[in-house]
Amino acid sequence: MRLITVAGPPSSGKTAIICKTAEALQAAGISVGVIKFDCLSSGDQVTYERRGIPARTGLSGNLCPDHFYVSNIEECLDWGLQSGFDLLISESAGLCNRCAPHIKDVCAVCVIDNLSGVETPRKIGPMLKMADIVVITKGDIVSQAEREVFVHRIRQVNSSAVIIHVNGLTGQGGHELGRLLKDAAAVDSLQGKLLRFSMPAALCSYCLGQRRIGADFQMGNVKKMELG
Amino acid sequence: MDNNYADMMLEQLFCEHPHAREFFGAIGLSALPEGQTLGNTVAALDEELLLDVGIERHDLLRQFRDYMAGMEQLRNQQQAMVASVTVLGGHDKSGNLENFKLELRPGEVTCIVGPTGSGKSRFLADIEWLAQGDSPTGRSVLINGTVPDLARRYAVEQKLVAQLSQNMNFVMDLSAEEFIRLHAESRMVTDPSAITATILDLANSLAGEQFIPTTPVTALSGGQSRALMIADVACLSSSPIVLIDEIENAGIDRKRALELLADQDKIVLMATHDPILALMGQRRLIFKNGGVASIRSTSPAERANLALFEQMDARLTMVRNALRNGEEIAGNW
Repeated sequence: MRLITVAGPPSSGKTAIICKTAEALQAAGISVGVIKFDCLSSGDQVTYERRGIPARTGLSGNLCPDHFYVSNIEECLDWGLQSGFDLLISESAGLCNRCAPHIKDVCAVCVIDNLSGVETPRKIGPMLKMADIVVITKGDIVSQAEREVFVHRIRQVNSSAVIIHVNGLTGQGGHELGRLLKDAAAVDSLQGKLLRFSMPAALCSYCLGQRRIGADFQMGNVKKMELG
Repeated sequence: MDNNYADMMLEQLFCEHPHAREFFGAIGLSALPEGQTLGNTVAALDEELLLDVGIERHDLLRQFRDYMAGMEQLRNQQQAMVASVTVLGGHDKSGNLENFKLELRPGEVTCIVGPTGSGKSRFLADIEWLAQGDSPTGRSVLINGTVPDLARRYAVEQKLVAQLSQNMNFVMDLSAEEFIRLHAESRMVTDPSAITATILDLANSLAGEQFIPTTPVTALSGGQSRALMIADVACLSSSPIVLIDEIENAGIDRKRALELLADQDKIVLMATHDPILALMGQRRLIFKNGGVASIRSTSPAERANLALFEQMDARLTMVRNALRNGEEIAGNW
C-alpha cells in the first residue's frame, strides 16, 4: 500500500483536493482510504464516505495535533493495510505553521492556497519546506501575475518540490495529482521510520494544565520575546 | 558557470545575486552576519535558530544551490520558443471520434464556443497537461510538431497556459507599480523598471479611465484591473498560450487588448459568446458532448458582419455614455 501525508493550513482546500483526486484514482481502479486528523470536530468523514471513500477521523482535542498525529499514524497504516487499500491518505491541518508531519520515504504533500497571500510561503515551516509535492488551490480567482509570484515564493522555500495547481471545486488538476500519488513509494510498516523534521517542541507548565499567568508559574520549555 | 557559492563571501554573493538575499529572507534567515563565506556562515548558524525556522543545516546549502540553478534557468530561457501547438482529436463523451488536427500559431486568436459542460475546460486542460492519448478525451498535443518532453508536465515554471478570467481579482496589498515590479523581478527580467513602465502605459491605453502607478491594485476599477491583467500577461507571463474566459464590456478596449496579446506572439484561446469577440478570431472551435464537433474559420461574409456589429456596439456605447451623463434617452438613436 502507498501512504501519502497531506498537510496544509486550515481552509486551504485539503479535503476538496483529496476528494477530487481520490475520485480520479478510483475511476482508474485504484482504491483509496483517508485518515482525517483534526482538533475539535470534523464532518469530513461524512464528506468522504458520501463519495464512496472509506475514512476514519482522529480528534486531538487538547493535545498538540502534530504529536497526536505521530502517535497514531502507525495504527492508521495498519487500518489501511487491513482494509486492503491501494493508497492511504492522511490529512492533517497545520495549525501552528511550524507543524512537521512529513515522514522520510513517505510521499509528502502540502496544500496551500493563493488567497492566503504571497507572504504565506515564508510563514510556513517544514510542512511546506520539506514537502515533495506542493498543491496550490484557489488559483482561479486571483490574477495570473499573483499566481506566478506565488509559485516563485514557494520556490524560494522549497526548491525541489513538484508544484501543481488543483482546483478543488472543478477538480481540474486532480487527475494529474492522482498520477503523482499513485507512483508514491509503497509503505508496509512505519516502525522506526523518521519524521523529516522535529515537531514543534512543547513541555512547559502550560502543557500540563497550568492556567495561571506569571513568571512564577512558568516551568520547563519557556522562550521569551526580545522586545528591544 | 561558477556554482561554488559556499566559498563566496556573503556580501559578494548578495551583491552579485540580489535574489540570493531574498532566498535567505524567505527561509527566515534575513539577518545573516556578513564578513564570512556562505559555507562558514551556515556552519556557524545556531542550532536553535535552525530548529525555529524549520530547516536542517545540510539541507540549507542544497536548497540554496537548487534555487539558484532554477533562477539561472529562468533567466536563460526567457523566451523558450513555441512556434506551434498541434492538437490531434480524440473522442467525445460518447466515444465518437473527433477526427481533427488543429495547429495553433503565435499571434492567432481561436475562439471556443459551446454550452456549459460541453468540454471547453477539458480541452484547455488537455493542452496544459500535454495530453498524449492519456487524458479522458484521448487527445494528443504536439509542440513545434513533435511529442514534447513530458517532464514539462510538472514543470510549473514552464506552464504552457496563462489564464485571464472574469472571476479573477487582485488580492495583493500593493500599488500597481510595486505589483508589476514584483512580478517582473520574480520572472528575472533584466530591466524590471522599464518593463513595469511599459505595462502601466499599455494598461492605461486599454482602460477607459486612467490610473496612476501609485494606485493600489485592489482599488482599480473592474476595467482597469482587467486592462492591467491583460497588459501584464502579454508582456511578462512566460506562457506562450493565453486563455481568456470572456472579456467583459466594462470600460476596456477589447479589440486593442486582443491585438496586444497577438502582437506579443501569444497563442490566444478565448471562450466567448460575444459576437464581436467571437468574429475577431481566426476560427472557432464548436464544442458538443465533451468533444470538438466542428471547426469553423471566420469567413469573409462573417467579417463583413463583424463591421456591422461593431457599428451596433458603438451605438450602444453612445447610449450607455448618455445614460451615464444623465441625458434623456429619447429621439432617434
